[in-house]
Amino acid sequence: MSATLASGAASAPIERAARSHVADRGFTVLTGVCALLIVAMVAVLLGDVVWFGAPSVTWEFLSTAPRLGMTAGGIFPALFGTAALVVLMVVALVPFGVAAAVYLNEYARPDAAFTKAVRFSVNNLAGVPSIVYGLFGLGFFVQFVGRSLDRGLGLDVTWGQPALIWAALTLALLNLPVVIVTTEEALRAVPGEMREASLALGATRWQTVRHVLLPQAMPGVLTGAILSIARGAGEVAPILFTGAAYFLPYLPHSPADQFMELGYHVFVLATQSPDVEATRPLLYGTVLVLLLLTFSLNLAAILLRARLRARLSGRS
Amino acid sequence: MPRLARLHPAAPPVGPSAPAASAASGIGRPSPPVARPEPGAASAPPRGADETPALATDDLRLSYGAHVALKGVTLAAPPRTVTAIIGPSGCGKSSLLRSFNRMNDLVPGARSTGRVRIGDLDVLDPRTDVVELRRRVGMVFQRPNPFPKTVFENVAFGLRMLGLKSATELEWRVEDSLSRAALWNEVRDRLHESALRLSGGQQQRLCIARCLAVEPDVILMDEPASALDPSATARVEELIIELKARYTLLVVTHNMQQAARISDRTAFMLEGELVELDDTRRLFTSPRHRLTEDYITGRFG
Repeated sequence: MSATLASGAASAPIERAARSHVADRGFTVLTGVCALLIVAMVAVLLGDVVWFGAPSVTWEFLSTAPRLGMTAGGIFPALFGTAALVVLMVVALVPFGVAAAVYLNEYARPDAAFTKAVRFSVNNLAGVPSIVYGLFGLGFFVQFVGRSLDRGLGLDVTWGQPALIWAALTLALLNLPVVIVTTEEALRAVPGEMREASLALGATRWQTVRHVLLPQAMPGVLTGAILSIARGAGEVAPILFTGAAYFLPYLPHSPADQFMELGYHVFVLATQSPDVEATRPLLYGTVLVLLLLTFSLNLAAILLRARLRARLSGRS
Repeated sequence: MPRLARLHPAAPPVGPSAPAASAASGIGRPSPPVARPEPGAASAPPRGADETPALATDDLRLSYGAHVALKGVTLAAPPRTVTAIIGPSGCGKSSLLRSFNRMNDLVPGARSTGRVRIGDLDVLDPRTDVVELRRRVGMVFQRPNPFPKTVFENVAFGLRMLGLKSATELEWRVEDSLSRAALWNEVRDRLHESALRLSGGQQQRLCIARCLAVEPDVILMDEPASALDPSATARVEELIIELKARYTLLVVTHNMQQAARISDRTAFMLEGELVELDDTRRLFTSPRHRLTEDYITGRFG
């Protein structure tokens, strides 16, 4: 190394410097093109969906059921089913996830075997493919919990079949790591002096959690909840076996009913239609609605968080 | 205070009377003048020595895992006095302070032996109700740490946690606490603004009001003015002297001028040991220990 440097020292540095300028410019262009490609892909995707989907999205489209073998009509049952699914999921998910996060962060001893086991499980839950959740939901909720309920209550098959409630619980399970992790992050971000101040005033641990920590962690909790809603609204695999219906002429009126869902409806329209040409505008419209729904939920999460943060920092 | 009884539930279960040995050694009673010559022996308290101390420790040892923070500290503070604790960083002053309301419990691996008393309550007894203990022992921290709630809700917090619901009682107790913390006139029109919009000095006095609201017996302050500017510091120091009329205060500071200004008695700590505890003027003018003298004359620290 030192020998080469010594022998070629006279001319090498200038030449090398010139070459590295070329390489530098090259890489700038290359990385710029990659970044541009991403923007271009998103633009094409959105442009395509909006261009072809917007004409189909009318009030009638949003408020009526599919007709004529799903080659006409709207998506109201799917919209309603998605909303019901997501509401049930949040009701099950948020209290459970927040409780787990509070336990992990406030009560558990960080080095205990049980704590480690819980964290290990949460991390692994997050990595399980969603179709596996679907199968788990079918096996556990539908066939085990549902059938046990039916047997216990002496009913015909009522709960022991794919249903709204089981799909919602399966989705809740899928999103549990999201809520736990975001809530834990939010709790960790609360300064330790807040805990000390509260405890030093004679508040119990639970009072400290309830009146000091959770209010301050609320932006994080909401972010987790809304991210999981946005994801839940679009996931098809977990509900495939646990409750989503191909087509239902009526709306679900009990948690034990099956339901239509937007994401699954997109799949059905795209692959199962008897008349592809007639279905295409409907398919575009449905995809557009689905995208708008998830985007607006994400936007709502961001706005809500910003407002809560401003309030907590005393700015409003 | 018509409903004070409600705010002062019966004292939490106090452990069985102190074992004979430690009763004989006289917790809280003035230790015999320099019975033990080595550092750690507290000298006889010159003021209020005839009274039962409001707070006291006897041979308090505290370790965090392998690190020993307190190596047998024995001290006592008479009621309605200000005791300053001085010493270089890491000498154990904060650890000592946090022993009185068992905040050290929150640190995994912390272990204490010896005896700590608040009045006649045995603090370290496992049967002591820590929640009630902390209600009786107010604490003010180094950095003002108001909750991100309104001024009113900050002061009302401890009362609400005690189960007080009456709006009128909350109101007068909040006003009373803010007045006693010399803050009422500045915030009377801002009660429903966020406490975070107050100045640093106001925030610290708010934290003092918050702790006065639950009517503690003693107040611990951990360098309460170190994050404040000189004029805010002066106001907090005045307040400390006023509070002495009703409370016993233990104030950690590494500012020796401050200790001289506010305290009746001063304890000098070094490396987890109490080197000297004496009347403030005497400690600063004629310290008995070489180490104390070296520290107050600025030879180390």
